[in-house]
Amino acid sequence: MELSQENTPIKVKYKSKSKANKVQRFLIYLMLILLSVIFLTPFLWMIFTAFKPENEAMAFPPSILPKIWDWENFKEVFDIVPFATFYKNSLLVAGLGTLGTVVSSSLVAYGFARIKATGRGVWFALLMSTLMLPPQVTMIPVYVIWSKLGFVDTLVPLILPAFFGNSYYIFLLRQFFRTIPKEVEESAYLDGASTFQIYWKLILPMSRASIITVTLLSFMGFWNDFMTPLIYLQSMENYTLAIGVMQFQGALTVYWGPMMAASALMLLPLIVIFFTGQKYFVEGIATQGNKG
Amino acid sequence: MLSKKRNKLFYLFTFPWIIGFLLLTAGPMVYSLYLSFTNSSGFGTPEFVGLDNYKQMFSDDPLFWKSLGNTIFYTLLSVPLSLVTGYLLAVLLNTKVKFMGVFRTIFYLPSIVPTVATSLLWMLIFQPNFGIANAILDFFNLPTSMWLLSEQMVKPTLIIMSLWGVGGGMVIYLAGLQEVPTSLYEAAEIDGASSWHKFWNITVPITSPVIFFQLIMGLIGSLQVFTQAYVVSGGSGGPNYQSMFFVFYLYQQGFQFFNQGYGSALAWMLFILVLILTAFVFKFIGKQVYYESGD
Repeated sequence: MELSQENTPIKVKYKSKSKANKVQRFLIYLMLILLSVIFLTPFLWMIFTAFKPENEAMAFPPSILPKIWDWENFKEVFDIVPFATFYKNSLLVAGLGTLGTVVSSSLVAYGFARIKATGRGVWFALLMSTLMLPPQVTMIPVYVIWSKLGFVDTLVPLILPAFFGNSYYIFLLRQFFRTIPKEVEESAYLDGASTFQIYWKLILPMSRASIITVTLLSFMGFWNDFMTPLIYLQSMENYTLAIGVMQFQGALTVYWGPMMAASALMLLPLIVIFFTGQKYFVEGIATQGNKG
Repeated sequence: MLSKKRNKLFYLFTFPWIIGFLLLTAGPMVYSLYLSFTNSSGFGTPEFVGLDNYKQMFSDDPLFWKSLGNTIFYTLLSVPLSLVTGYLLAVLLNTKVKFMGVFRTIFYLPSIVPTVATSLLWMLIFQPNFGIANAILDFFNLPTSMWLLSEQMVKPTLIIMSLWGVGGGMVIYLAGLQEVPTSLYEAAEIDGASSWHKFWNITVPITSPVIFFQLIMGLIGSLQVFTQAYVVSGGSGGPNYQSMFFVFYLYQQGFQFFNQGYGSALAWMLFILVLILTAFVFKFIGKQVYYESGD
């Protein structure tokens, strides 16, 4: 009885606020819609320009929508540069790179999460410190190594390091593996399972969501990487998309229409990945900050 | 399990990373330190030159100071701006709005666009002759700008570009905001606290670990700014070196001029810079971070 008496004044207060609340809600929606327009405009601009013929893409004042939707730019993308080759190279790098990253990172993460050993703390501290190390610090010596091995102007320096694991994903997966109750593994040990079997048949299937998150993030990382291909790739037939899309900028002319069409084609798989894996994406990425 | 067997097992699981760490991080760090004391150019035998590279950097290289200054300018503006914008967007979305998922997607999407594509797109938007930015300014009879081709405007324009990607931070803040216990707000409401008061005394302190994490990662990331500047300046760092950032200069010395010795010295400076900056932030801002007791 006393409880309900305490509750009444709060309810009244809420009611008296309701008109102010409505104004406030309206303003919030207005702001959200305005911001959405600002965030979406560049996207639309990319798409619209990709469909505009050259004279329309470079007209001032610019037309917003293309007068005629023209696919010509998308054809030109493949005529001006070997775009299909760039695409194939990017798929190869991102595909193999992601495979290597996920397999090795999950294995290492399980070791850090569950196997107590002397020296584990030291290795973990080193792992954490590499998170803060800008990769450019080791860029020159790593280049010297690959160049001595004769792998400059191949995709090897872009792919092979992935198989050593990625510190960031190791950390994320370790954090996740530690939330799995230990009893699960203990009963499997009693049934005679080996540590590797437990990792492979028990832990990995239980961590499906985190593994998918890391897979998606890793794929995007390889797909978007600019500096590594810039440093290692010299011949056009080895280019990935990241440096390939820059080729529409000639010394004298910029092919704006084809360039936007190429950018849209580079973005397409990421958009598909995002919408199919949205659940993993938003939740998985959101946990990054909270477990730090 | 015997501890010996456990140790073996630990290294069986972690050897890929340990080998990678030794071959691609620790070894190269040491090698890079050695190179920084030589005049290595990638050809012939490098000669030992002592501290010459470091001396040259500080006393006889205006571009070292220029690129450092550009990077600090970019960091000081883009990091706080991205942090505040991302956080406010998250707060706005956390007000239990309808279609929250749709808005979240709209704000998040730009952050998955590859940096190269983002840069090319904004080059078109800020194109002085027919770009939409100048068209809008022109429509309202406002003065137009040369944007990325202007010495004064190139860095501010790059900062505006970077704000398009704040959605990445936003989803992280949003997750933090959703974990603030509603009981705290209810208790404050009974005490008659205003919305402003609740924001500053509950929301911000409870989410401060997330803010701090994002601040550190944002700082480290922005000290590495390269791709945007490389793309919009066509690899030149122009106009007049105004978009020549530190990592850009390191790239130029190491991979365009093949000054591996000098480039390595620059790389070590970057490392020291990151160390000093993060230590500074941990010492002075880390104290303000609120951690729940027992954590």
